[in-house]
Amino acid sequence: MGTRNYRRKTSHSEHGPGDGGRTGSWRVERPVLNKSLCIPCKRNTEACFICWLFCPDVVISRTIPPEIDLEYCKGCGICAEECPTKAITMVDEAKFSEDDKDKE
Amino acid sequence: MHIIENGNVAAALGVKLCHANVIAAYPITPQTPLTEKLSEYVEAGEMKAEYIPVESEHSALAVCIAASSAGARSFTATSANGLLYMHEQVQWAAGARLPLVMCVVNRAVGAPWNVWNDQQDSISQRDTGWIQMYCSDHQQIIDSVIKAYWLAEKVSIPIMVCYDGYILSHTYMPFDVPDQEKVDKFLPPFRPDYALSPETPANLNTVTLPDVRIDVKGELAHGYMEIRYLLHEEMRTSLAVAAEGEKRFADIFGRGGDPYLEPYLCDDAQYVAVGLGSITYQLRVAVDTLRKEGIKVGVMGVRFYRPFPDEAIASALKGKKGVIVYEKALSYGYEGALASDLKSALYEYLAGTGKLPVVQNFVAGIGGRDIKTDDLIQTLRAATKGRVSIQPVWIGLKL
Amino acid sequence: MQAKTTILSLPTEEFVHPGTRACTGCGLAIAYRVGLKALGKDTILVVPPSCLTVLQGLFPIASTKLPCLNVTFASTAAAASGILATLKVQGKDNIQVAAWAGDGGTSDIGLQALSGAAERGENFIYFCYDNEGYMNTGVQRSGTTPIGAVTANTPFKGKLQQKKDVPAIMAAHNLSYVAACSAAYPLDLFDKIKKCMDMPGTKYFHIHIPCPPGWGYDARYGIKVGRLAVETGYYDLYEIVNGEFKLTAASEKLVEKRKLVPVREYFRSQSRFKILTDEQIAAIQSQIDSKWAKYYKKDE
Repeated sequence: MGTRNYRRKTSHSEHGPGDGGRTGSWRVERPVLNKSLCIPCKRNTEACFICWLFCPDVVISRTIPPEIDLEYCKGCGICAEECPTKAITMVDEAKFSEDDKDKE
Repeated sequence: MHIIENGNVAAALGVKLCHANVIAAYPITPQTPLTEKLSEYVEAGEMKAEYIPVESEHSALAVCIAASSAGARSFTATSANGLLYMHEQVQWAAGARLPLVMCVVNRAVGAPWNVWNDQQDSISQRDTGWIQMYCSDHQQIIDSVIKAYWLAEKVSIPIMVCYDGYILSHTYMPFDVPDQEKVDKFLPPFRPDYALSPETPANLNTVTLPDVRIDVKGELAHGYMEIRYLLHEEMRTSLAVAAEGEKRFADIFGRGGDPYLEPYLCDDAQYVAVGLGSITYQLRVAVDTLRKEGIKVGVMGVRFYRPFPDEAIASALKGKKGVIVYEKALSYGYEGALASDLKSALYEYLAGTGKLPVVQNFVAGIGGRDIKTDDLIQTLRAATKGRVSIQPVWIGLKL
Repeated sequence: MQAKTTILSLPTEEFVHPGTRACTGCGLAIAYRVGLKALGKDTILVVPPSCLTVLQGLFPIASTKLPCLNVTFASTAAAASGILATLKVQGKDNIQVAAWAGDGGTSDIGLQALSGAAERGENFIYFCYDNEGYMNTGVQRSGTTPIGAVTANTPFKGKLQQKKDVPAIMAAHNLSYVAACSAAYPLDLFDKIKKCMDMPGTKYFHIHIPCPPGWGYDARYGIKVGRLAVETGYYDLYEIVNGEFKLTAASEKLVEKRKLVPVREYFRSQSRFKILTDEQIAAIQSQIDSKWAKYYKKDE
């Protein structure tokens, strides 16, 4: 079954996530959020969100608490470095078992 | 309406009649009067178009590619080194399947610099996936521009309308300027399959992998090879579409006929001269002279060079004793490009049938060297006496 | 005068999907994401070969939610002109065009077309994202690679020539707006885009982009490295509005502060500058000091 009936004749891409595949597999460390240090979590109000601003991969949500999409998080560590209260730490990916590979 | 004008104006009138609405212009001899004329039409309000005086030919075609991708009917023209400079874009437009129309006013390529006519510029682009049409007079120029927009938009393949620099671009001939209503009847407004817009976002012509791949809707999408194959396949089927267009044109405008070939006294000819462009009309004079000597000779102009009308050419030349190909270009290190392609077509269809003609290749007019009708008569006569040489023979060389 | 955008007032709509092929910690991804928030939905993008080509995805998947035309390397600004012409004849005056090209595609191969478009007054925003090298092809030197930087083709001696000052070149075209920005200061970038969107002619943005593999630092320090460039006075954030130069954001604050971090700190943060000698660093520090002396004087 080939591409003879494909709807386009040219290189014409429509948008969607994961062009690079499951980029979460690139990680050697993953960000872990300590809610007790996280400013919007503590105040239960919209505040800070520096991690959301600086994430290159749009995987941190602007929510209380911020949530990290581990399917795509590459583990760059910018969020951990920029967090003003050090609420995010980068933890060796190997410390997470196969079961919770994609859980926090 | 019949007028007397030069070939560049004929082309400009064709573009105006087709309501091209984005024009990119970079000057190069001998194309300049064409784009200058278009600027007059635009500034006088006779054409509702954006006229962009770009800073290079590479940018000229970039403008056309982008404009077409956003849904405009675009136009540019160039010659020689300008065409060479835009070569990257020429390849791009074909792979992007954009219905561009570009006039190439044939001129010799550097080095060294030369502004006079030969066809090396457009011939060097024959492998790019553009349709190539060659014109022998001003009527063909204006008609071909109109036919080209229709065909290009039908098959989504860009088209070069080529005509000889100076010999056609700057000389004056009478020709008919078609009525606007008839052109509008023949050529509907441009309705692209896709035009860039925020309502229907898409990323066009990004990196495409060697292999096929699942898209965002879960469907298997082409790899690069499929996309390129489809260009080639549709170029081949465009031969039939061109014939359909020729018939439509004839019905509406009352002129036209064979879409691929322009034969003169070929039916009973034993020897046929073949060429691209204005040289074929000059060859008619040679043919008339030799006919008076009792030599059964004819001349056939090839209108479409790409896609190559191999079947039509083989059919037209089947059983002839000799074919004499006169060219103003060649593939350096071997022979004339038209001669090669023609021999290949004859071989494919006629080898082993006993109807395979002998082919003689002459190279003439390189760098605008004057082609003397007397030389055409002599070389054609000699070729009817027997093969002159396996290698192409350069006429008028003064070494 | 518009109020400065804060993180909390930044539009929340995202125009880029996750899971792109951009490197871990890519500085361009940060600038591009915020830049698109400023440009908004009614934008057509033009992109030449560059890191962004890869970030935007390979056929048939696009990571950007906006329409985009990929073009040949030298033709970005010309292609933008073509789209603009079409929008004009179609009467679509609510759609804007934005070109995003790398430093190679701008300062080297794309400069001719950019200059042509600027001279013609083409009404679009041109973003040069400057990671200071041909990073997509493996870290080769470009016109904007700074002096002393080790790259794949300046491997032992580092680049011997100065960084090309592209904003100055563009300012010489008498543009209504020229801006120097940084991925480390995304809100400044956002506000500048919003400010210039309705100005006539070509608007030029030069964005400093920290690049982990190209510059040689641990990805997590990307924003810090970008900030150091500014805090040392080595790379300035500014805008030129109708010919008038003005420092902005953190650079503007440095004029008041009168204290620059020694540029040595910036060089030490990246392995690409490892071959710079003390003399060379001192010379660069001296250049920076002279430049800032002029800024301080203007301020008095």
